[in-house]
Amino acid sequence: MLREVSLSVAVGEVVALVGPNGAGKSTLLAALSGALPCAAGRVLLDGEDLTRWRPGPLAKRRAVLSQSHDLGFPFTVAEVVALGRFPHGPDPGDAARVVRALEEVGVGHLATRGWTRLSGGERQRVALARVLCQLDSPGRHALLLDEPTSAQDLAQQRRLLQVARRFADDGNAVVVVLHDLNLAAIVADRLVLLRDGEVVASGSAAEVLDTEVLGAAFQTTPRVVFIDDRPVVLPHLLPRQEG
Amino acid sequence: MTDGVPWGETSHRFGAAPWWALGSATVGVLLLGSASLGAVPIDVMDVLGMLASAAGLPVEASWTPLEETVLWRLRLPRVALSALVGAGLSLAGALTQGLFRNPLAEPGLLGVSAGAGLFAALAIVAGSSALSAWLATSTVAMSAFVGGLLTTVLVAAIATVDGRPSVTTMLLAGIAVSALAGAGLGLLLTLADDAQLRSITFWMMGSIGGATWPAVGVAAVGVGLPALVSLRWAPALDAMLLGVTEAQHLGVDTARVQAGTVAVVAMMVGVCTSLCGVIAFLGLVVPHVARRIVGPGHRRLLPLSVLLGAGLLAAADLMSRTVAAPAELPVGLLTTCLGGPFFLVQLLRHRRHP
Repeated sequence: MLREVSLSVAVGEVVALVGPNGAGKSTLLAALSGALPCAAGRVLLDGEDLTRWRPGPLAKRRAVLSQSHDLGFPFTVAEVVALGRFPHGPDPGDAARVVRALEEVGVGHLATRGWTRLSGGERQRVALARVLCQLDSPGRHALLLDEPTSAQDLAQQRRLLQVARRFADDGNAVVVVLHDLNLAAIVADRLVLLRDGEVVASGSAAEVLDTEVLGAAFQTTPRVVFIDDRPVVLPHLLPRQEG
Repeated sequence: MTDGVPWGETSHRFGAAPWWALGSATVGVLLLGSASLGAVPIDVMDVLGMLASAAGLPVEASWTPLEETVLWRLRLPRVALSALVGAGLSLAGALTQGLFRNPLAEPGLLGVSAGAGLFAALAIVAGSSALSAWLATSTVAMSAFVGGLLTTVLVAAIATVDGRPSVTTMLLAGIAVSALAGAGLGLLLTLADDAQLRSITFWMMGSIGGATWPAVGVAAVGVGLPALVSLRWAPALDAMLLGVTEAQHLGVDTARVQAGTVAVVAMMVGVCTSLCGVIAFLGLVVPHVARRIVGPGHRRLLPLSVLLGAGLLAAADLMSRTVAAPAELPVGLLTTCLGGPFFLVQLLRHRRHP
């Protein structure tokens, strides 16, 4: 349950939601997407209350990448990405948009592969391509990502974060839920640290990735070191490894 | 939406144009063959001749009056009804699989067939045998239709909370209601006399034998209208395969599409079951085969399911009246005998690469 959460994301910004398990990161993202109605308070997209947006126009302006990718039918990857064009109706330019989205995420070579034959990491990337394809239209958009890098290797993590960064720099707003504090520090302009449904810290990486702040939130004392003046959170050594 | 997008190495794609033309041609040939073969064989050219002359074209009559009567009063209604019912059950199967997001689902899960069977048995046992043959058949048919609708409404009502249908609950409710209907049917069977018992048994095995033009008319409306409505939902149905929340994020009115799909399936299966009894396996096997040919996209899956279903049931009906001539096998028995092993073979072949 979320309590007294106040958050705003501007065009051009990437905001990362971080915090321990059960803090409410995914819940907050769901509330922002409109999937979870608010018992109290409001969500505004472009100044307009989310509940006043009609589903079609809303789907053209904001897209959500969720954690699970469950599709039990043998669509090709290209067809799955093309599903993202649903809100816009059929258009001759769709094939090109699909290819563009696939290339951006680096899964162009999988275009004709059957979805059911993909690995978990590949499915996650294809889902991102679908979501990008959904927002391939003029104007400003909001992209909500829930753990987009959870199944990715080092190279793909970097690539996906670059995609998110580029999307924001192109004049859109991005909110991303991340477990990995260092990835959050790399990609986000602002980190929002949640604990037990409340915002306990909000600011730049240097401000939030502080030993005391993190210690209070995660109930464990992390080691924060500085590399090139940037904070990096290191896992604590296990007892038997010390000394 | 997916035109122009590259097809590829998935095991089941052909180019767009050929399947449509090939499928239609095959079904046309099947229907023609079905019209000419049977206890009274009619030459194919004569069938075409009679059809042409009915269309107003000047054709020299080379057929006998008996052949003409057989064709118009018995054969054509039967072929038309089998095509319509086959199309309806197969389309309903494809829609059900989309609704439950599971390629192994079939319309029986919604409880329609169980309810129709129960109410048909009720009509038979309640003494419709005392009525004239036509009235008896219509009473059983109408009773079956009402039964099918009632069970579907019950299942849908159980599964809808705050106006939002839950597919998981629907599945469980369908199983529970079908079980109850089965129990009710069992009770009726104990109360029935020998003649009624036989009637009920054969009704449950399905038959196109009682085909009349009014029945064809009912099927045309009862299958045709819902079919046209469902075809318009093809893009939304595709999106819903991603999941309800995902589809909502894409702007799909999921509650409406789900409710509409249930209504369309209930209508088509209700009409088909009430006219011809329980014909199993079509709703499971036909969409499966169609999906292997053109893929899971509904824009192609739905029309191909209609086409394949029409051809298959017409062929099955042809077999049912020629294989053990002059006796007739119930067509539902044939579809089960053929559909069951076919499906098993498919499962065995593809269980490593679903």
